[in-house]
Amino acid sequence: MAQRPPTSREDLLASPAGWQGFVADWSADREAFKVPWGKAMMWIFLVSDTFVFSCFLVGYMTVRVSTTAVWPNPSEVFALTIGGTSVPLILIAIMTFILISSSGTMAMAVNYAYRRERVKTALLMLATAAFGASFVGLQAFEWTHLIVDEGVRPWGNAMGAAQFGAAFFTITGFHGLHVSAGVIYLLVVALKVLLGRYERSGNYQIVEIAGLYWHFVDLVWVFIFAFFYLW
Amino acid sequence: MQTVPAAEHASGQQHPIGLYLRVWALLFVLSTLSYLVDYFRIEGYLRWFLIVAFMLMKAGLIIAVFMHMRWERLALIVAILLPPFCLLVLVGLMHVEADYTFSTRGAYFTSDVQQTAVHPGTGQERR
Repeated sequence: MAQRPPTSREDLLASPAGWQGFVADWSADREAFKVPWGKAMMWIFLVSDTFVFSCFLVGYMTVRVSTTAVWPNPSEVFALTIGGTSVPLILIAIMTFILISSSGTMAMAVNYAYRRERVKTALLMLATAAFGASFVGLQAFEWTHLIVDEGVRPWGNAMGAAQFGAAFFTITGFHGLHVSAGVIYLLVVALKVLLGRYERSGNYQIVEIAGLYWHFVDLVWVFIFAFFYLW
Repeated sequence: MQTVPAAEHASGQQHPIGLYLRVWALLFVLSTLSYLVDYFRIEGYLRWFLIVAFMLMKAGLIIAVFMHMRWERLALIVAILLPPFCLLVLVGLMHVEADYTFSTRGAYFTSDVQQTAVHPGTGQERR
C-alpha cells in the first residue's frame, strides 16, 4: 500500500511559513502537522517518553538533594584501571562515544534511504544496531561490576546513600531497555530494507521514523550523562 | 560529495552527507570536553555551568540536525518543544521540597558529623 505524502510540494509552498504558518496550521480544519502520520505518531510517543524519563531524573534529583548520607562519587565508581592507572569515568565516556557514533551512522542511513540506496541504508542500520548492542553489553558489564563487586542494590549500597542504587538501576535500566528495543527495531527495519520491501512501495519514511527513535535514545543519554554521571 | 537532489527521490528530508559528518564530529568534541570537565576535576559553579552548557549544545545539535527539527514547520516544532518546558516547574517545585526535607533531616535525624557532610543541592563539596 503506497502511502501518499499528505501534502504536495505546491501545498507547502502555498502555505505561509513562520508564526503565520503556525497559526494557519493549528487552526486548519483538517491537519495541523504537515508530515506523514507515522512521523507525527513517533514524535508524540517521544514527547510522552520525554516526560517519563524526566520524571525519573527529577525523582533522582529530589532524593539526591534530600539525602544527608554521602553520595558515591560517580567519577570513581565508574573508573577503570587501564595499564595500572585508574582512569576516572572512562567506562561511561566509552559508552557515550559508542552511542554518538551510532547516531552518526543512523543519520547517514536515513540519508541513503531517501537516495534509495538500499544496501548502503541496510548496512548503516546494521552498524547502528551493532553499536547499540555493544552499548548494552557494556551496560551489562557496568551492572555486574556494581552488583557483584560494589554490592549496590536497588534498596541500598555500601558506598553511602541508599538512593544511589534506586536511581541508578531505574534510570540506566529504563534507558538500556530503550536501547535494546531500538536494536530489535533497527534490525527488523534493516532486514525489510534489504529485502526490498520499501523499494516496491517507494516509501522509505520508516527509516527516518526509526531514526527519530534512535536519536532520541542518544538524546536521553546526553541528559543522563550530564546529570547522573557528571553531577 | 555532489549528489543529485532529483525530485523523484527527494520524498523526505534530504541534506548533504557532509552536514551530518560535521555535526557528528562536533558531538564528539563536545562529549570529550564534558568528559574533560570531570577528568580535570573542575568543581563548584564552573563545573555546573560547563556540564549544562555542553549538554544543551549536544541536545540542540541532535534535535536540530539529526532529528531534522530545524527543517520542520513551526506548528510541529512548537507542539514538540513547548510541553517539556512545563517540566522546569516540576524541577523547581521538587527542588524546593527536597531542600526542605534535607534541612529537616539535618535538624532532627542526623548526628553533627553527618550534617556537615554534603549538600549536593548547592553544587558545593561533592563528597
